[in-house]
Amino acid sequence: MTEAIHFKLNGKPIRLTTDGERMLLWVLRTDLGLTGAKFGCGEGFCGACTVLVDNKAVRSCQFPVKNIKGKEVMTIEGLAKDGSLHPLQKAFIEHDALQCGFCTSGMILNAYSLLLENAKPTREEVIQKMDENFCRCGSHTRIIQAIQAAAQEMKGGKRG
Amino acid sequence: MKKAHFPVSRREFIKLLSGGVIVFFSYGDLKALQEERGRRGFPQSLPTDFNAFLRIGEDGRVACFTGKIEMGQGVITSLAQMLAEELDVPLSSVDMVMGDTDLCPWDMGTFGSLSTRNFGPPLRAAAAEARAVLMLLAAENLQLPLSQLEVKDGVVFDKTRPENKVSYGELTKGKRIERHLETKPPLKNASEFRIIGKPVFRQDALEKVTGKAKYAGDIRLPGMLYARILRPPAHGAKLKSIDTSAAQGMKGIQIVQDGDLVAVLHEAPDMASKALAKIKAQYDLPEAKVDDKTIFEHLLNVAPEARVISQKGNIEEGEKLASSVLEETYYNSYVAHATIETHTALAKIEGNKATVWASTQTPFTAKEEIAQALGFSPENVRIITPFVGAGFGGKTRNKQAVEAARLAKLAGKPVQVSWSREEEFFYDTFRPAAVVKIKSGIADSGKIVFWDYCVYFGGERGSQQFYDVPHHRTVTRGDWMRSTPGSHPFGTGAWRAPGVNTNTFARESQIDIMASKAGADPLEFRLKNLSDERMQRVLKAVAEKFGWTPSKAPSGRGFGVACADYLGTYVATMAEVEVDKTSGRVQVKRVVCAQDMGLVINPEGAKLQIEGCNTMGLGYALTEEIHFKGDEILDLNFDSYEIPRFSWLPKIETVLVETRDLPPQGGGEPAIVCMGGVIANAIYDAAGLRLYQLPMTPERIKEAAKRI
Repeated sequence: MTEAIHFKLNGKPIRLTTDGERMLLWVLRTDLGLTGAKFGCGEGFCGACTVLVDNKAVRSCQFPVKNIKGKEVMTIEGLAKDGSLHPLQKAFIEHDALQCGFCTSGMILNAYSLLLENAKPTREEVIQKMDENFCRCGSHTRIIQAIQAAAQEMKGGKRG
Repeated sequence: MKKAHFPVSRREFIKLLSGGVIVFFSYGDLKALQEERGRRGFPQSLPTDFNAFLRIGEDGRVACFTGKIEMGQGVITSLAQMLAEELDVPLSSVDMVMGDTDLCPWDMGTFGSLSTRNFGPPLRAAAAEARAVLMLLAAENLQLPLSQLEVKDGVVFDKTRPENKVSYGELTKGKRIERHLETKPPLKNASEFRIIGKPVFRQDALEKVTGKAKYAGDIRLPGMLYARILRPPAHGAKLKSIDTSAAQGMKGIQIVQDGDLVAVLHEAPDMASKALAKIKAQYDLPEAKVDDKTIFEHLLNVAPEARVISQKGNIEEGEKLASSVLEETYYNSYVAHATIETHTALAKIEGNKATVWASTQTPFTAKEEIAQALGFSPENVRIITPFVGAGFGGKTRNKQAVEAARLAKLAGKPVQVSWSREEEFFYDTFRPAAVVKIKSGIADSGKIVFWDYCVYFGGERGSQQFYDVPHHRTVTRGDWMRSTPGSHPFGTGAWRAPGVNTNTFARESQIDIMASKAGADPLEFRLKNLSDERMQRVLKAVAEKFGWTPSKAPSGRGFGVACADYLGTYVATMAEVEVDKTSGRVQVKRVVCAQDMGLVINPEGAKLQIEGCNTMGLGYALTEEIHFKGDEILDLNFDSYEIPRFSWLPKIETVLVETRDLPPQGGGEPAIVCMGGVIANAIYDAAGLRLYQLPMTPERIKEAAKRI
């Protein structure tokens, strides 16, 4: 059913008229032109489409757009503020925590929601939270290092 | 540095090339290049006897034009490093222009860990040539002898008066100097390196962590439509009837059909999917002949004549020397590439010209295929390769790009084709299922005396053994690429280190079984039967880092070792595993990998590739196999086809055993090849269970436990 949907996207108010049953991923990538969230499997297994809705990581390929009414959506494009990278983005660069880069947006945003819930995760806690995000190139070791380094960097509430 | 995509026409491109110093050079498969010489497909005003060039422009920026592509393996960084090193410019001033068939000269494709190995030396030579040209210009400009000049960061200066200087950019102003690299200019010694061998961050990282990096599916054109294509339920199924009426009625839906190609188009991809689901189609299904259980027997039955890969001595003579003879059979399943980015392409047709943005490892092959499919002249087809979301050999095939081009022509609008995960599993060209039979023997001395090896359909690469064996024979029956008709029920092809994963698993398992028979420690047994110094060195290096102490297997420790020579890169791996015999679950706790890949250009990049190989290799070792019944692929998504994830992660340590006087060898593939063998050997050491089939799933572990 076509309906008007108001929400905030990367801090900016958005008003959209579309079928509320459509999945957020396609609305972001097609209607709103934000291609940072990727299609990987379409069934919520891989996490390449991960975005934040009210600071919780969700699988946007499984998330009907009617459910974002009045909420705040953040995609990878909204993570760097005023031209400065988020500590997670910096840490992913500094730890070479990516190869082909296709899973990277989802990895970073899932890690972001982890650090909001748990500012100082242990290695095991990082693994547990990241387990449903797939990386085929095998950058896992570096991704864990990057997340822990970012957590360290953010201590003292520099950025969240 | 950035990955440059010049949105320019050919005329503008030639203009863009008009100034500066340009060095043309060639690399790699010269035979293939010669065959290609003079053929269609080159920008007409460019010479045709080279396959790469670099240019130092008036703005001081350096661009390298190559048909190679970046898919995560990091050549965008390592190639730029080599260029910057030899030219003495900052890494940040280098632009890599990759995989654009209008801007870049012909290239065979990006695969086989070839980019750094084949491309590196001529690229460095071309850069050295350009540097020599610039130095001559500088000598003239500064009125100084060459011996008095030095270069740093693209600025040539007087050694005695550094303020007397001129930049590369200034030197090239208003000039067009072309050089064809024919002689080999002297290259820097390893001791002079400032950029090569130093860890640098990936040059594409910033774009990739900010979501700005564009992949084929991220390109947007005005008026573009998204296609979803009707697919058969099984390979070889014939369309009997089709009812599109329910889909026709949907708003904004366009249905196109061209022979076997039936697609729905919409300006939103999800709406196209919705419409596709409403199409009713009936098929005649081919008779199911084989499945994932009977495939091995089938392959043995249809195997063509043996082809000898290598032999020495006489197997019968060798058998007489043996005090212990072992005859074993090893099996490996079909494995998918399963890149997170599925095959994707966007095609735009204007008149008789086509432009296609494609996720491909072979843009120049795609160009020919699309030209043929559309009936266009190849010079009117341009392939642009944005970042590729990994390939591992799977994106050497361009079916999706041809589909997008055909649909764009039919629709009269730009069309994107992006395969679903189900389509990706269906049309993937799998690593072939294979069987390896080995008969080998040892003498009382603990020396291997004969080795009789036959690989069925796995591929010959990596089948030649490197141990000291007086009597040996290696043969192959059926190949991984040009397979015998009637052998594989669906497409097979190159998968990260083609052939070598299967051959290394079989060889290193057999070596371990012999070591155990001989009552010897697996590492000592290998060292005793090896004279290759580089192999000795990587084995000793890995043992030292791992902390290996000699013991006969099974020792209960869960330690394994395996080694391989992959196209000149030597790799030795040790692993520690834990086996739960009740659940059949294997946890790999630690992997140590030593690799000798000649000169190392980017140590961080090399280590990352090794770690990636070790991690990815857990999959084909433990879980990954395609389930199928006849021509129907039963794996539709990542629920039944399990790829490695964070919770599987062992502690991974890498050792680079550098041979600096040896040119750089490939690093994107070698470290994956030991993973099947090393884990099989570690499982045996842990629990006394010998697994002969990959992947070593919980079910197979439990079966093996029952056999004891």
